[in-house]
Amino acid sequence: MVEDEGFQRYVAHFILWVGIAIVAFPVYIAIVASTQDNALIANGQMSLLPGGHFFEVYYQTIFVGTSGSTREPVYNMMLNSLVMALLIAVGKIAISIISAYGIVYFRFPFRMPIFWIIFITLMLPVEVRIYPTYKIVADLHMLDSYAGLSLPLIASATATLLFRQFFMTVPDELLEASRIDGAGPLRFFWDTLLPLSRTNMAALFVILFILGWNQYLWPLLITTRDDMQTIQVGIRKMITTTDALTEWPVVMATAVLAMLPPVFVVVAMQKLFVRGLVETEK
Amino acid sequence: MANVTLRNVRKTYTGGFEAIKGVNVDVGDGQFCVLVGPSGCGKSTLLRMVAGLETVTGGEIDIGGRVVNQVEPADRDIAMVFQNYALYPHMSVFNNMAYGLRNRGMKEAEVKTRVEEAARVLELAPMLERKPRQLSGGQRQRVAMGRAIVRQPKVFLFDEPLSNLDAKLRIAMRVEIRKLQRRLNTTSIYVTHDQLEAMTLADILVVMNGGQVEQIGNPLAIYEKPATTFVASFIGAPPMNLMSTRTEEIKSQLGGSAGDAGILGIRPEDFVITDQTPAGGVALPLTVEAIERVGAETFIYGSRAQDEQRVAATPGELPPGEVIVRIPGTEAPAIGQKIRVGAIRSKLHLFSGDGRSRIEA
Repeated sequence: MVEDEGFQRYVAHFILWVGIAIVAFPVYIAIVASTQDNALIANGQMSLLPGGHFFEVYYQTIFVGTSGSTREPVYNMMLNSLVMALLIAVGKIAISIISAYGIVYFRFPFRMPIFWIIFITLMLPVEVRIYPTYKIVADLHMLDSYAGLSLPLIASATATLLFRQFFMTVPDELLEASRIDGAGPLRFFWDTLLPLSRTNMAALFVILFILGWNQYLWPLLITTRDDMQTIQVGIRKMITTTDALTEWPVVMATAVLAMLPPVFVVVAMQKLFVRGLVETEK
Repeated sequence: MANVTLRNVRKTYTGGFEAIKGVNVDVGDGQFCVLVGPSGCGKSTLLRMVAGLETVTGGEIDIGGRVVNQVEPADRDIAMVFQNYALYPHMSVFNNMAYGLRNRGMKEAEVKTRVEEAARVLELAPMLERKPRQLSGGQRQRVAMGRAIVRQPKVFLFDEPLSNLDAKLRIAMRVEIRKLQRRLNTTSIYVTHDQLEAMTLADILVVMNGGQVEQIGNPLAIYEKPATTFVASFIGAPPMNLMSTRTEEIKSQLGGSAGDAGILGIRPEDFVITDQTPAGGVALPLTVEAIERVGAETFIYGSRAQDEQRVAATPGELPPGEVIVRIPGTEAPAIGQKIRVGAIRSKLHLFSGDGRSRIEA
């Protein structure tokens, strides 16, 4: 920002524009491809300008689905993804804020060992413990259900750590003032700690929602029914067709639709998100 | 309205550290008691024990005739003002004050009356809807006070409530706290490390050091007759000059009246610049080292030629051989000049050699 004039400024802007082009071009291609005729794309004659099939392609994608491998309409996939992402984000926040509260504010036997056990689970993401987790979910008859999709992903060390760090910066005097004001542990949590954690929760929600939305491996494993599949899995299934042409416009439209909720969440919560990351309201 | 009585109160932490080593204090109904001492002397710990925020490991704390050692803070009928105010940042001023009342199940109409009354007294009425972060330091301080007074508790506890304010505001708030306490006539215990605050606020002054009470009493009585060299140098600014009585110069002047005394104390304001030795008093030749003019008065820092002996005292300790003299006005000798200062007999304070007891000659 110091050099704000002349040649260097143009160079800086040029580099930025190149960067934007590199990032945005695939997205543009996806949008363009989703408005064209499949035969054109299959012939390798796809135009770089938007085609005229926008409405029919999106109508088919959302309400009908492909005629090939997965016949599920995309609105149902989005609904599944949305439920899963929301359950994961809300569930993680709820569980971890409570466990962080317990670890920071209560003295009980084996407090630190318990904290370290939670900490160690950071090293065990779903991919590492996938077989035992699958076995448990299967034994509990949670395959092809929202519980099976979200529960194994809810227990979260990262969020617990984040809330723990935040709680440790809350001045002790607030707790003491609450005690003198006659607020018990639950009151203090509900009336003081939760409102103070609002921005942290918002920031975490954004991150966790996107994390949940983008899950691929786990939903792929535990959903077998087409009506329970998530959008990320659905896209993959649409591409792999055995004895028919891949319906590229539909695939691309699905990809575009899959991008929308995360974008919406980020835009809607941007202000809170940034505040949660940079400032603590105390 | 209540007495607060501390009977042989002790606090030992699990590591074995003794923070409070047996304190006995009796604060009468409506009195303003100030605990003063250097940092780490245990004064805040003691206050927090009265509040119920720290456990008591020995002795009894009695509020209004009831031993409260095992009583939860909320049920002790006390209100506390914290050093950093500890306002709930997400609540409006009104809700900050109302929170404790609502938690006790008070009716909303009564809550409103009480909060509005407190806001009127503290001149907070126009900012009841604001959040604490929109207030200045002094206003936050008032809200903290308001939160305490709406409860109409038996006892107010203040933990260095003014130390985050700037000097001018501190003086103004000091006066306000005193006026408010007089009007409400609520028993108060106030912790500070500022001896000036302590002197001006207290009905009863408790000087603490190392977890023990050094002296309890009326502030002026303590100023006039400090019981130990610690109190002598802690109360009063600049601190009392303390010197050994063993040197030839002092011994000959005190004559037999020194008795067992090992330490002589003279307050800076009790010196006068004079060529004569006051009868029965003490005179010292000094070389002027530094001058501080503060307008109404001037402080002269002088060094004595002979006395290089250190005597027992801690706070604000002067280097051995240095003497502070306070004279009114701005007329002062030049730096490097040799002067003679004297103090009359009745202004001399004599202490035992270890500084732990006062000797009345």
